[in-house]
Parts: sequence; C-alpha cells; structure tokens
Amino acid sequence: MRLLLVLLALLAAIAAPPARAQDEAAAREALAVLAAGNLDAMEPAIGTIARSGVPWAEPVLRGLLDGRLLARQADRAVFLRTPEGAILEVASGAPAEVEARALRPIRINNRLRRTLEGALGSLTLASPDRTVRLAAAEKLFARPDPSALEPLEAALAREADPAVRAAFARARAAVLLDHGEPGARAEAATGLAESPSPAVLGKLQAARRALPADVDPATVAALDAAIARVETRLRLLEFAQTFFQGVSLGSVLLLAAIGLAVTFGVMGVINMAHGEMVMLGAYATWAVQQAFRAFLPGALDWSLLAAAPAAFLLAGAAGWAIERGVISRLYGRPLETLLATFGISLILQQAVRLGIGATNREVVTPSWMSGFVEPVPGLALTTNRIVIVLFAVAVFLLLLALVRATRLGLEIRAVTQNRRMAETMGIRTPRVDALTFALGSGIAGIGGVALSQIDNVSPNLGQSYIVDSFIVVVFGGVGNLWGTFLGALTLGVVNKLLEPVAGAVLGKILVLLALILFIQRRPQGLFALRGRAAEA
Amino acid sequence: MARAGLGRPALLLVLVGCAVLLVPVLNRLVPEGSAFHLEDRLVPLFGKYLAYAVLAVALDLVWGRAGILSLGHGAFFALGGYAMGMYLMRQIGPRGVYAHPVLPDFMVFLNWQELPWYWYGFDRFPFALAMVVLVPGALGFVFGWLAFRSRVSGVYLSIITQALTYALMLAFFRNDMGFGGNNGLTDFKDILGFPIASPDTRLGLYLATGVLLLLALAVAIHLRRSPLGRLLVAIRDGEARARFLGHDTLRAKLFVWTLSAVLAGLAGALYVPQVGIINPSEFSPAASIEIAIWVAVGGRDTILGPVLGAFLVNGMKTWLTGAAPELWLFVLGGLFVLVTLVLPKGLVGIVELLPRRRAPAAEPAPRPAEATGG
Amino acid sequence: MNGIALSRRWLLAGAAALALWAGPVAAADTIKVGILHSLSGTMAISETTLKDVMLMLIEEQNKKGGLLGKKLEPVVVDPASNWPLFAEKARELIAKDKVAAVFGCWTSVSRKSVLPVFEELNGILFYPVQYEGEESSRNVFYTGAAPNQQAIPAVDYLMQQEKVERWVLAGTDYVYPRTTNKILEAYLKSKGVKPEDIMINYTPFGHSDWQTIVADIKKFGSAGKKTAVVSTINGDANVPFYKELANQGIKATDIPVVAFSVGEEELAGLDTGPLVGHLAAWNYFMSVDTPENKEFIEKWHAFIKNPKRVTNDPMEAHYIGFNMWVKAVEKAGTTDPDAVIDAMIGVAVPNLSGGYSAMMPNHHITKPVLIGEIQADGQFSIVWQTPGLVVGDEWSDYLEGSKDLIADWRAPMSCGNFNVKTGKCGGS
Repeated sequence: MRLLLVLLALLAAIAAPPARAQDEAAAREALAVLAAGNLDAMEPAIGTIARSGVPWAEPVLRGLLDGRLLARQADRAVFLRTPEGAILEVASGAPAEVEARALRPIRINNRLRRTLEGALGSLTLASPDRTVRLAAAEKLFARPDPSALEPLEAALAREADPAVRAAFARARAAVLLDHGEPGARAEAATGLAESPSPAVLGKLQAARRALPADVDPATVAALDAAIARVETRLRLLEFAQTFFQGVSLGSVLLLAAIGLAVTFGVMGVINMAHGEMVMLGAYATWAVQQAFRAFLPGALDWSLLAAAPAAFLLAGAAGWAIERGVISRLYGRPLETLLATFGISLILQQAVRLGIGATNREVVTPSWMSGFVEPVPGLALTTNRIVIVLFAVAVFLLLLALVRATRLGLEIRAVTQNRRMAETMGIRTPRVDALTFALGSGIAGIGGVALSQIDNVSPNLGQSYIVDSFIVVVFGGVGNLWGTFLGALTLGVVNKLLEPVAGAVLGKILVLLALILFIQRRPQGLFALRGRAAEA
Repeated sequence: MARAGLGRPALLLVLVGCAVLLVPVLNRLVPEGSAFHLEDRLVPLFGKYLAYAVLAVALDLVWGRAGILSLGHGAFFALGGYAMGMYLMRQIGPRGVYAHPVLPDFMVFLNWQELPWYWYGFDRFPFALAMVVLVPGALGFVFGWLAFRSRVSGVYLSIITQALTYALMLAFFRNDMGFGGNNGLTDFKDILGFPIASPDTRLGLYLATGVLLLLALAVAIHLRRSPLGRLLVAIRDGEARARFLGHDTLRAKLFVWTLSAVLAGLAGALYVPQVGIINPSEFSPAASIEIAIWVAVGGRDTILGPVLGAFLVNGMKTWLTGAAPELWLFVLGGLFVLVTLVLPKGLVGIVELLPRRRAPAAEPAPRPAEATGG
Repeated sequence: MNGIALSRRWLLAGAAALALWAGPVAAADTIKVGILHSLSGTMAISETTLKDVMLMLIEEQNKKGGLLGKKLEPVVVDPASNWPLFAEKARELIAKDKVAAVFGCWTSVSRKSVLPVFEELNGILFYPVQYEGEESSRNVFYTGAAPNQQAIPAVDYLMQQEKVERWVLAGTDYVYPRTTNKILEAYLKSKGVKPEDIMINYTPFGHSDWQTIVADIKKFGSAGKKTAVVSTINGDANVPFYKELANQGIKATDIPVVAFSVGEEELAGLDTGPLVGHLAAWNYFMSVDTPENKEFIEKWHAFIKNPKRVTNDPMEAHYIGFNMWVKAVEKAGTTDPDAVIDAMIGVAVPNLSGGYSAMMPNHHITKPVLIGEIQADGQFSIVWQTPGLVVGDEWSDYLEGSKDLIADWRAPMSCGNFNVKTGKCGGS
C-alpha cells in the first residue's frame, strides 16, 4: 500500500508537482496581474502560474488562450468561462454568482499566445485525451523548450499509442536538435529526416547554422546528410503538391463552368448572367447557414449539405424564369441573348447589392472542411480543397448521368441534335428548353456553394468567374461535357505548373495566349462536335 | 436589309455633320445665360460620346457587315489610347511633380532609372500618331490572320477575343510593364502645345473626333456599296458558300477586321485627351461587351444605329448615375432586355416599324445552325 | 415660350418617373456637399458604407442647425467603379451642382482621375483612404494614412514585440502596395535586414487562388527565423487569402500577418476563428474605448438601422474630414473654395480615438497609429499604440525621388512639391 502511494506521488510529481503554499500565493498574485491587462507584465505572470503547480493552472491558462478568462473591471477579480458558457470561480471550479455583463475577456497578443502554448505544451503531455497530447507534442515541436525535455521523456516512456509516440519522439528530437549535446543533435537530425517537411528542413538548417565552429566533423556530416535527404524528398513532394493545387484549381474552374457547359455549351445561349447564377448559389449557402444558426445551431457544420439543394433550387428557379421570360423569345438569335442576359446580370447584381448589401457575407467553413491532411509526411493537402475536388467530380458525374440516362436527358440531347425532328417526334421543345436552362442554372448555383468556401460572397462573385468559365467551355469544346471536364482540369494544372516559374500574373497571361493559339490549331476546342451542329 | 431604309447616305452624313456642329454652335454662339447655351463642361462629355460612337461604328463594320462578333474591341481602343497617352506623358517633360526631365512621375517614384525602349519616340506627335494606327492595326492583323486562316468563327471567335483583351488587361495591370499599372497614364498637361484643359483645346478635340466620326461613317457607307461590302454580307450569311464560289474570304475578312481595329485605335487616341486618363480597365472584358451592346441597342448593320446606341446608352449612364445612383443599373439592364425583346433591330428598327409605302422586306430566313439552337 | 416650359415640365416629370427616386428638392439656401463613392461595380463593396456615413454626418449637422445658417444638402452620384466616370462625375458635381466640397474616392486611380478636374475647377476633395503618399494637391485634403502613419509603425512593432527577422511583403499589383513595399524594403534594409530575408510578391486584383503563394510563404517561414507577412493585399482578394491561410494551418503564433487594407468591414465576410492573432495597423478600430467612439457607433447603428454593422478606419477619416471642413467653413464664414482651403490648415477636431487630429500645411492630418489583433468576434484588440500623434508624411524619406521634397500650402510657399535641394517648387 505504501509502495503504491509512493508510486502515485512520484507520478503526480512528474505530471504536476504539488503546489506549495507560497507558490499558490504567487499564482494568485499573478492572476491579479493578468486581470490588470498590461501585456508586458503578463508574460512572467503566466510563467509563475505554470510553474506553481496549482491544480487550476491548466484550465486558467487554457481559458486565457481561448479568450475565456474573464476579469471584473471593478475589483480585478478573475473568473473562468467554460466552453459551454457557464462562469466558474477560478480556484474552486464552482459556479460563480456574478453579473456576466461586468466581465470582460482578458486580451492577449501573439507573444503571450506563444508563451501560453509553450506552457500548456508541457502541462498537457499527460492529458488523458489523445488529441490534446498530440497537440501538445506539435506545439513543443514548433517551439522546442529545453525545460520540457524531462516531462517529454517521461511521457514518451509511458505512451502506448504509436502515433502519439511518434509525435513525442519528433518533439524530443526537435528539443535535442536545438539544445542537446553534439552527438544527440546528430542523432536527432537523422531521426527527423525520416519525416520531411519544410518545417523540419528549416529546423535542420537553423541547427546547422547554430553548430559551434569546433564541433566534431561527424555531427556536421550527419546534419548535412539529413538536410540533403529532406531536400530531395521535399522536391518530389513539392511536385505532387503543385499537381494537387492544379487539380484543385481545375475543379474550381469546373464548378464555375459546368453550368455554363449546359446553358451555353448545349443550348447555345451566350449566357452572360451565368456568373450571377453562381452568385445566387453562394448567397443561398449563406442564407441556409443563417437559418441553421437560428434554428439548428448544433447542426451548423452540416448546413452545406442542405445548402446544395437550396442553391440548386434557387438558381434553377431563377434560370427557369429567365428562360421563360426572355430567352425563349430569342431562339434563333443567339447573339441577342448576349445582350439580354448581360442586362439581366446587371439587374441581378444590383438587386443583391440593394437587397442584401454590398459588403461580403460570412460563410463559415465547417469543421470537417478546415485544416489539412498529410497522407505522406510533408505533403499537406488542405481538406476544403480535397472536398471541393470530390464535390466537383460528383456534380459532374451526376450531370453526366442525368443527360445520359434519364428521360429529360434524352429529350435534351434530341432537341440539341435536331430541334425540328424532336418536335415532330412529339417532344415539347419549349418545356425541354426551360428545363435545360433551369438545370444549367441550378448546377451553376451548386458551383456557388463550393465557391462560397474559398472566395468572397459578394455581389461581384459571379463577375470574377464569367470570363474563365467561357474560356473553359470553349477550350473543352462547346456542347461536350467531357470536354469541359478535361478542359477545366488541364487549364488548372497548366496554370499551377506555370505559376512557380512565371508568377501568378504572367502565368495566367501565358495560359490565355496559349489558349488563343490552341483555338487557332483546333478551332472547335479539345473535343470537336461533328456534323452540322459544329458550324454553329 | 442592305439599305436599312434610311435615305440617301450623303444626306445622312450632312445630317450627322450638322448634329456634330450643334455642340460648338450652342457652346460658342449662343450667349451664356440663354436656355440653349451649352456649358463648357459638356464639351468633353460630348467628345467622349463621339469617340464611343466611332468605336461602335468600327465594331459594326465587322459585326453588322461581316457577322464577326468581336468581344475584344476594347483592346484596340485602349491600345490607341495608350499610344496617345504615352505621347501626352512625354509632353509633360520636366513639369511632373518630381521635375524629372524625361521620366514620367510613376517611373520616378518606383525607382526606374531610365526610360524603357518602347517609350522612345513618343515625344513626337507624328510617331505617336503612327503608333496609334500601327499598334492596333498590327495586333488586329496578326490576330485576324491567325483566326480567320484557321476559320475560327462564331462564338469561338467571340470568346477568344475576350481572352485576348483579358490577357492584355492583366499585362497592363502589371507595374513591371512600364505603363503605369492600375493608375495608368494621367495628369496630362498639353497636346501639340495647347493646354489640354482649356476650353478651346477641348472644342478642337471635340471637332477632331466629330471629323473622325464622319470619316468612319463615310467608310462604312462606302463599304456597304462596294463589292467588298457585298462579299462580306455573303460571308456573314454563308461563308462556306462564298468560299466555294471562289471568293477570297480570308482577305476580305482580314481587311475589314484590320480597318475596324485601326478605327477603334483612332477613337481611343481621341478619347484619352478628352477624359484625361487611360487605365487597364479599358481592356476589361465587360467593357468590350458593352461596345457590342451600344451597337445592338442602336441597331446592328445600320449606318446610324451604332452612333445612336453609343449616345443613348452613355447619355443615360451620365444622367442616371447622378439622378438615380442606386437604381440606374436596373434601368440600363432593363433597357437592354427590353430592346432585345421588343426592338430586335434596335432603335433604328423603329423607323421600319412605321407604316410605309414600300412593301416590308421579307424577314431573312433563320440560318440553319441558329434554327437548331447551336 | 409657354410651349417650351410645358415640354420641359413633362421632361422633368419623365425624369422623376424614370429615376424612381426623389432626391431632396434643390433650394437656393442650401449648401451642397458632393458624395463621390462607387455604389456599383467592384468597389461598391467598400465605398457604399462611406456614402452612408456621409449621409449620416450631414443629417447630424443639419440637426444641429446646418452650416452658416443654411441646411446642408447631399448630392450623391454613382461613379460605378469606372475611372473615367469618376472624372466626369467630379466635373458634374463641381460645375453643374456647384457643391461646396466633395467627399469621395477610394482607389488611388480614382483619385488620380479626378485630381486634374479638382485643380482645374478649384474644387475641394476629402480623400478618406490610406494611400501611397507621393502627392499633395492644393485642392485635396488627405484624411487617410500616409505610409509613415501605418506601415512603418507596424513593422517596428513586429520587430520589437515579435522579434521578426524574415519578411514577406505580399501585395496586390498596384501603386499603393508597390510604393509601400519600396518604402518598407528600404526601411528594413536600413535596420540591417538582409535581402535574402525579404520576399516580395505581387498578385493581380481579385486574385482568388492563393494555394501556391501561401505554400511559398509557409516554406519561406520555416527557415528557422521568425517570419511575418506584411500584407498590402487589396480588399476583395483578402477573403480567399485568409481562408487559404487558415486551411493551410498558418497560425498567427507561427507566421503573423499584418495587413494595411483589412478592417472590420473586410472581416465581416470572414470566419475569424482561425485568424485570431493576425494583425492590422490602422488609425482607428471599432474597438477603441472612448466616449466619442461609443457615441459614433450608436449614431451609426441608429442611422443604418442595423446594430450589427461595423465601423472602420475610412469612416473615421470621413468623420474627421467632415468636421474639419465644417469648422473651416465657419472660420472662413463662407464656402468659397479659396477661403476654405486657406482656413483648413491648422484646424483641429476630435478624432474617435480620444485625441485631436489637426490639418497640417501639407494637407495631411495628424493621427495616432494603432495596432490590433484579430479577435474571434471579428473585432480588433488593440495591442499597441503610438504614444502621440504621427504627422502624415506626403513625400517619403525612404524613396530616392521624393526625399528632398516637401509640401507646404501656406501663403509664402504654397507649393505641393518644393525641392529643398534646388529651392524650387517642383515642375513649375
């Protein structure tokens, strides 16, 4: 029994040394300093609290970092707000009876944020929550703190989870690389080279520079070898990254252009209001999110799923109205549709500007779409881009299936290929026209849902994509959905491959010029339609 | 269709000439204070409209006659404007804010050490004038030759003209290009030794633009009556057929396209000193689409239509942006929709709607490609 | 004559019907104030707010009894983000509407476009946006920040507080970022920063695909030295830029971004959760805790009938500029431009951050410089502030061409670009 107690005490000493009375008093004093809000005085105060060993150190520091540590203006008493919104006494953790309005969050700046993360890093290495331990290791890796070495090694010794172990090991290597003996540094460098990333490269280079002049050649060689290894791997990864960025840009272009591939590509309407359909889709996303905020705050993360059909319906209805009201009267005069739809685009933009406001609207990125994943160490792919690529492909396949395998699709194809023949076969062409245009507009609206995740939700949203959309459709070949798909991806990848060489602007200019020359070579785009329709 | 029902062309030119002269007459001969006096401030405004009208006539040469819808004519206009702007910048000489003898202000404060080679020569008016003609002309010729040789037509051509003007816009936005970036060229002092802000110079520029418009109209009228004009109509209505009949359609199209680009460039050159600034947004794709809209509103393939369209749309813009600053886009957008629905032949088409003795010309049969919906 | 009058009336009636909008009826005993901000096109996103704030200020002044015993009458026009149209509308405001002063413009190019018009017709323009400097016109009063009132204090802060050693200067490719970055580059080098520790990047307007550039920044910042991004990225492109930063996991604690064109309005379109700690340098933040600011915000919310609308720095600039103009007109006893221009210099009015801003002889004003960190609620927490006011420096000391120039519009000199070396007034 005594043995067990001793063991427990030892464990506790590693995780959090027990607080002595004077430490507790110092921590309370430090708390008052935090409440006073002088940013320069706060840094030592944070250190005092972190070292004091008081049980409330971790929640208080975490609260300070998250903006949940509150101070009462009148007497500088400090309270803690839980993520759920309850207000607690700091020391006891019991609910506090205070007027919430008299409390202000204690403000911090980046320097303090770093100090806090460092302090919390070693405090939370023993957390039962796996993600907290991982985050703590990440933070220590980013900002190696020699004083964290001991708790880190203790934590490494008792860690069972392999992923967390690896993270701890990397953090330990980072600490040793900066602060260890020459031999330990070389070993740490070799270890770190196994998980190449720009951050690792930066650390290795910095460590190489920091080596004293009289260090033994073996250490220097080990570091140099590690740097060379990481550099080679990174070059490969960089290419993969660029390629992914190209695919991602291509998918954005595809989403922007795919609706136009229907209204312009299939129907031949020079639809200058296409961009505004995309914009309507983005605003629908915003509106759905507002509704979720009001009625279903718990499901806010999933509002995008509801936004997609809403955007489709809104933009589709707008498209249907435009077709019935204006475009149906203009068939046989395709160039006139340019004029009318340009007018409609002006009206829609100004209507949104007056009705909703000229300023940007906020569309929240759901938590499952933020951050990035690393399928291979060093290759960071942002989650929202991956989702958008998958989404673009899904929308494309859906549209393809609709055109290939449904009754409506059959009728659309019939009307496109030979309107008079379709009419004589009993197809109600006006209805098909209206539905096709509504479909194209609705798909454009769905594109808007995705674009709301990466761009401004403003009345100008559509304008910034309209030229690119037309170029994609023409490049791919008017009237060919696969052409639009491949055209968008090609343009995206070529653009991104050129960008590191030529810069963003010159790259784009080069792509445009290449496109003009390409159209001279293949006047009907990547995939030419054959037959009479090609002369349109 | 070919005569558009509007009287004798010579009479038309005289009419337009009289209308152009109305501005100086009302400005100079009618005493101030009279209800008919035209204020000095309106002279450059009408001058701007005239330049737009020339641009619209230039576009109608290719669109109305030859059926080539360019959505990139703003590029030629802006290039002409930049050539003139470079001349005007060089005229400032040491009177810039930094008092540098040669370099324009924007180069001085971005630490340019010497004048880029392509700015040489622009201190002389004849050279600048030659560039006003040659640069848009050469670009038009090369682009047209590439496009027409490989028989790019219809919407494909329209979209690559958009790509062209878009690429030029991005290029001119770059400060490294040495054309002043987004700020463009501005703060002009004088032209041919005349102070650019004086009412007399402004009236002179106005008249020069008026003369250019009359010239452009004369060219348009001549073209309508010439064999080349008839060949262009044949190309518009069936290029393959015209080609099979042994006509050199490439040469015909290329000639009228290059002519149109040069006219647009000249319009740009007269536009810049009257508005006082040239900036890459003149290259923007939307600006080029607007030109097509003036033509369509006025009446495509008519003599007066483009002129009327340019004056009406831009006049409404001037008036409504002051009178109804928040709602003018509804009015303008509504006008575009309405004109297409109700007046397919534009404003000039109203004349044809009036009762007349002559039997109405048969509506031309829709082209097969259009009838199938493309 | 009767017939003409009648047809004119019809025309007017038609105009009113078409306009669907009845402005205040013009009367002879009002003083007209021109408002030249884009209400459509790309810049409407920023400029419509400034039009509203001007309408509010004019309404307030009229409640107080107007000016010189007359009511103020706003004349709103829409230059539609179209630069030649800006010049046309400016001419219309001064020559046709005979406005006493114009409050307007946002972009540098719009100011450059109207400048000759104001100088030719002797109008008065109040320009409320931070800009690149390198200009001082007799007819323009610059109430936004010059580079030394924004950029240099921000860089100083990063060097001292964050110990930044490596710098990314990222901007939109136009004259304000170009000039600011030229100044900053010279300044950083004068502080001993090595050229290889400075990365300069320009992107076009409305740039929306930031993957490559943000990845480059990440790489540049992982070289072991503390890195910061100084962003002069223009309005529209900021939202996708910050979204990409957040998604690539660049936190303010790793690579802070300090922006000069991102204010409360821009943040209103963003989820600021992942951006906490990134910085902005301005002369005003909505979070400034002063009675003047509280009153201003309350009035703004009441006027715009939306308690969620934010205030920002250019709005404060208009607040200062308008009050300065009112004071100068009262001092001069007339709205005659020459008298008002002379009376403007030396006028001091309260700003919203608890001090007084004064119009200097170079037509720029004195302002405090504040540095704020983005908070999760879309506001800025002020982390640093200049101890006193900073005088706007129109000709930068860090640029080769302009370091010898000064501007002084007081009587004996009356020059916007006086060269102290040659002793001559600029190009004249």
